[in-house]
Amino acid sequence: MSDIQLPERLEGVEPVRSIRTFASLTYQYTPGRAASRFLKEVERKRLVGQRCPVCKKVYVPPRGSCPTDGVATEEEVELGHTGTIVSFCVVNVPFMANLMEIPYVGALIQLDGSDIPIMHLIQEVPYDEVHMGMRVEAVWVPDGEISHTLESIKYFRPNGEPDAPYDSYKENA
Amino acid sequence: MADQDVLRAPNVVEYPFSRTTGPVIGAFFTALREGFIVGIVARDGTVIVPPVEYDPHTSESLTELVEVGDTGEVRSWAWVGEPLDGQPLGRPFAYALIKLDGADTPMVHAVDTGGDPSKISTGMRVRAKWLPAKPAGASEEEQTDPKGAVRTYREGHILDIECFVPGGQA
Repeated sequence: MSDIQLPERLEGVEPVRSIRTFASLTYQYTPGRAASRFLKEVERKRLVGQRCPVCKKVYVPPRGSCPTDGVATEEEVELGHTGTIVSFCVVNVPFMANLMEIPYVGALIQLDGSDIPIMHLIQEVPYDEVHMGMRVEAVWVPDGEISHTLESIKYFRPNGEPDAPYDSYKENA
Repeated sequence: MADQDVLRAPNVVEYPFSRTTGPVIGAFFTALREGFIVGIVARDGTVIVPPVEYDPHTSESLTELVEVGDTGEVRSWAWVGEPLDGQPLGRPFAYALIKLDGADTPMVHAVDTGGDPSKISTGMRVRAKWLPAKPAGASEEEQTDPKGAVRTYREGHILDIECFVPGGQA
């Protein structure tokens, strides 16, 4: 602004236009008992959800209770490593320090045997061929690198099966 | 299931924000980088430090920046017995409202009394302890770490004043 009157000592001095306001928040995260059990099974290359005793839906990753019925979910159900894309997003904006080459696809994948989708990457297919109902399979990191994280699955890729019928995933579409 | 079976992991969320300052606050930070402090003259003639862009009573734009002293008087204070990460000093200190000489409003900053809470009182005289100026040719990397946790030279930041210390004649 030109009408600001500066004291003499600031005349002709290169002005400060911005300041760095770095913020860092350090948390201790715990996934809780149910998701801890799930992640420990991931370490054994197994995907295990939990079934609600009332509505019979299988939740993955399990949270230990059914959000609809408000009851504990104790029955464990092993799920397949294949599933159906119920929704997806083509990402064209680079972020996360260029970790991914754009465009890439993130998708909600309903694992076979479960009733709620998980989010993961879709690879080994052109981004514009990804669609709802597409059948995919998990590609795991090498056995020595598997640990208690969903990053133990590198991504999902089409497994060549014909598209799943809409009725099989419409509740999550 | 025993609690030791529950997983736990550090989760650090970081935001590398920077913030534009505008002409008035920008001048305040520019002055800090140059090693002095400026305020702004309000419509009623009082000097407000740090400077504000608009008059607190009439809402008019304020434009007249003036230099004030880097010594002043503690008007009020609160002792910080257990400093947290990111606070100005690593040992116990006081946050104080300091009315600088030539200013009419007090400004918040840290006062270092060597960790001794008995050595601060309302009305005591304090003076700014400045970081050194950035030497010519010092690189950005030399100047400070990207998170701003370690500051070596003045760069146009409130912590160009490391803290205030007892002393400073009126």
